[in-house]
Amino acid sequence: MPFTRRRFMQATGAAAAAAAVPVRAQAGPIRLGLMTVKTGPLASGGIDMERALTQYLNERNNTLAGRKVELIVADSGGVPAQTRTKIQEMVERNHIHLMIGPLDTASALAADDYIRQAQLLTLSVAAAEDMTQRKPNPWFTRGTSTSSQSAMPLADYAAKTLGYKRVAVIADDIAYGHEMCAGFMRVFEDAGGKVVQRMFPPLTVPDYGTYLAQLKTNIDAVFLGFAGSNGFRYLRQFNEYGLMGKVKPIGGMTALDEAVLRNMGDEALGIVTSCWYSAEIDNPVNQKFASAFRAQRKYDPGFYAAATYTEAAVLEATLNRIKGAIEDKPAFMKAVRGIKVDTCRGPVRFDEYGNVIGNVYIRKVARKEGRLVNSVIHTYPNVSQFWMYKPEEFLENPVYSRDWPPAKNLES
Amino acid sequence: MRIANLTHGALFMLGAYIGVSVMRYIPNLWVAALVAGLAVAAFGGLLERLILRKLGGNVFGQVLVTLGVSFIIADACLLGWGGDPIPIQTPAILQAPVRMAGFVFPAYRLAVVVIAVVVAILLYLLMERTRLGAMIRAGVDDPQMASAVGIPVSRLFTTVFCLGAALAGAGGVIGGPIMSAYPGLDADMLPLALIVVILGGVGSLLGAFAGAFITGFVYTFGVALLPDLAYVILFLPMILVIAFRPRGLFGKFAA
Repeated sequence: MPFTRRRFMQATGAAAAAAAVPVRAQAGPIRLGLMTVKTGPLASGGIDMERALTQYLNERNNTLAGRKVELIVADSGGVPAQTRTKIQEMVERNHIHLMIGPLDTASALAADDYIRQAQLLTLSVAAAEDMTQRKPNPWFTRGTSTSSQSAMPLADYAAKTLGYKRVAVIADDIAYGHEMCAGFMRVFEDAGGKVVQRMFPPLTVPDYGTYLAQLKTNIDAVFLGFAGSNGFRYLRQFNEYGLMGKVKPIGGMTALDEAVLRNMGDEALGIVTSCWYSAEIDNPVNQKFASAFRAQRKYDPGFYAAATYTEAAVLEATLNRIKGAIEDKPAFMKAVRGIKVDTCRGPVRFDEYGNVIGNVYIRKVARKEGRLVNSVIHTYPNVSQFWMYKPEEFLENPVYSRDWPPAKNLES
Repeated sequence: MRIANLTHGALFMLGAYIGVSVMRYIPNLWVAALVAGLAVAAFGGLLERLILRKLGGNVFGQVLVTLGVSFIIADACLLGWGGDPIPIQTPAILQAPVRMAGFVFPAYRLAVVVIAVVVAILLYLLMERTRLGAMIRAGVDDPQMASAVGIPVSRLFTTVFCLGAALAGAGGVIGGPIMSAYPGLDADMLPLALIVVILGGVGSLLGAFAGAFITGFVYTFGVALLPDLAYVILFLPMILVIAFRPRGLFGKFAA
């Protein structure tokens, strides 16, 4: 049979038609993709994401809502362009039904278009604000938090409970750092405080000496908006410069994560941070999760482990509601925005933009059974990404950035 | 030598991680620096003998190979030591900050400055005042003629490469108390090393010394005065030097 152009068109046309018809029958397993990072500087968190997710699935015998789950793990190395390629590969070759991830903000933004185009159900770990605010992605749901969602309650706590009046902010010079600082500054200044100094060192600066030498000492506290290992290095050098005791460090959700805490010393004791999770949260789900994780891995679960464990709980609750029929994407999206589920981070539900409404914990580093932990000292219940502001008003403003809100009280 | 070596950042990080492991058994920074220096020197020697030797004169090959090797080292470190940052203890006597004329300065950083100056002087004496140094200089200037008069150029280059690797490895440990060991340390350090070398001039010790000073001062004051332009300030002098004086300030060859 000669291979003619007509035959080719018929064959490809048939294949395209077959692909376009959604598979209605609930045959076969649910294919779950995890977009994570297992090589490069972000690998520490990315490996925890995989470990916690496998733990969740093992605890349920790899079965959610009566269907087997097949896990496909992809590693992007933390490179946004690579993330997009890997997601495409998971969709087109592995035919995943749903993706958990990606890990970082830049990767989430790089994948945004493709997620819309492929209509890929996504449960995100990354914090990029506008993906659930001014440019909501209809297939995107986030059970962790936006960048500023944990920083805004900390600002409230610092102003009202700790009684701080003058603070400096320092954060990585990336969208995540800008958004966190902006949220902190807005709430802190609305509560009557003043942000008198602001610094954005490059993400990959190995030495904070220059920034420490400039830090004002006539302030109450310095807010740390660092990710990865930067908070860890900043604090060690902070101590080295003899600043401990003169200025109080307080931190955002990744500055003193459990992952860096386990390598720190007494210099971390007493530091107050805020996050939507702590290994020390006292609820039944977390007690089970954290103790099992610790027993198996010999360290406490942190931000990234809790992120996938939470998203897996969201997935299971949604699947239970739609009886496992994940192939019906609109029904899944409708269901996920309506669920209410108890997870390791506490009760979780979603707003109409797909972002979580959940507890934010104010934590203080303490020593327990010989290791450093983030003990919970206060809980802000059901915090939304808009904090106490009205969503419509909040969304009329520009997205949190280096320049918005404008810093009014900087002193030079 | 004329080798474009981009593994220096990775060797620095490898040294830091080896130092971390040594200090688990012998909690002494100086011993750890020595051991890491020797180990990284051995690694550097193998790299030079087995791979770089075959790429003499092929600059693109050298750049690609050394870049590839640094990625391999980085992921091997991730596999061996995990992804979490690991602190390196500051020696007890250097932990307290020093107070001078109303300024507070960490004692350990002063010690690092002293070590750097001593190493620079030793290197200068080695190159300019010893027979070995004279042979190295001869080998770099004209390898064929040097061989003809009986200088073992090949063995000499391996030695020099080992020495460079040893300094990078020991440097990783000595920088450890300030920076700690973490994935990505290699990529954070390499640009600084490149800027120093290009600014000062390839193949010149005095150039490297001047380049380091200029880079350090420009970067520190630049960050303090114009924080938003930190990277512009860091790279602009290098670009200007390449554009107007390709040999660098004191270099012998074009970069």
